[in-house]
Amino acid sequence: MKALDALFKADSTALSLRQKRMEIIGSNIANAATPHFKARDIDFEAAYKSAMNTGDLTKTSSAHIDIGGTADTAEVRYRVPLSPSLDGNTVELHVEQVQFAENATHYEATLNFLNGRISTMRKALRGE
Amino acid sequence: MTNKLTIFDVAGRSMAAQQVRLNTVASNLANAASVSSSPDTVYRPIKPVFETQYHDVMEKTGIATVDVTDIYQSNATPEKRYAPSHPLADKDGYIYAPPIDQNAEMVDMLETSRQYQNNIEVLSTAKTLLLKTLNVGK
Repeated sequence: MKALDALFKADSTALSLRQKRMEIIGSNIANAATPHFKARDIDFEAAYKSAMNTGDLTKTSSAHIDIGGTADTAEVRYRVPLSPSLDGNTVELHVEQVQFAENATHYEATLNFLNGRISTMRKALRGE
Repeated sequence: MTNKLTIFDVAGRSMAAQQVRLNTVASNLANAASVSSSPDTVYRPIKPVFETQYHDVMEKTGIATVDVTDIYQSNATPEKRYAPSHPLADKDGYIYAPPIDQNAEMVDMLETSRQYQNNIEVLSTAKTLLLKTLNVGK
């Protein structure tokens, strides 16, 4: 099963991170008019690297902690506004819209990669 | 908040909040010309109070939606107008108009409608992606 894990890990990690990012940016857009709300986001590249970098170390005790991280441990940071507003809200709709669109496109791209991998695997299994 | 907030909850509740805001704008605009014979009975403009509802107490996940926690009734002073021939004028000949800034209300209305649209966009994108994810491997 390790080979299959290796085959799908990159895409599944990317998908969970993209999903998480979609929820966070969706929250920013939902709170675009709420005073004092601070926009958040995750650094996809850093989170992805940390989630993929688990290495080959074997855990021999339940007290051992994972090196690197998972999609769930990705650090959620605060966005620095381009022009802060008076009500303390740091959501800038244009920024969020662009980030949301970018994220959705990447999500779809990752889905296509995943589908490609699965169909390659199927073809290999059938001997086509 | 113990239940997990999905992106559908986030966008849906935000749309509900924007809807309340749009209702308050409509009420204010509808009553902009409702004059009264006493400053106590004149219509008072209403404003919703938005408050962020976080998915987790520690605010670690960054997932948050918005709720209307209160409808605030403005206590701005009503506008006093001298109109002795008006049927509602008081004994000194004054009528009282609600302190509504119609231009500000129109701006509010546009902002609300734009944010409502944004939430719909989030919702439909999330839905499309979810449906595509369901078809992975087919």
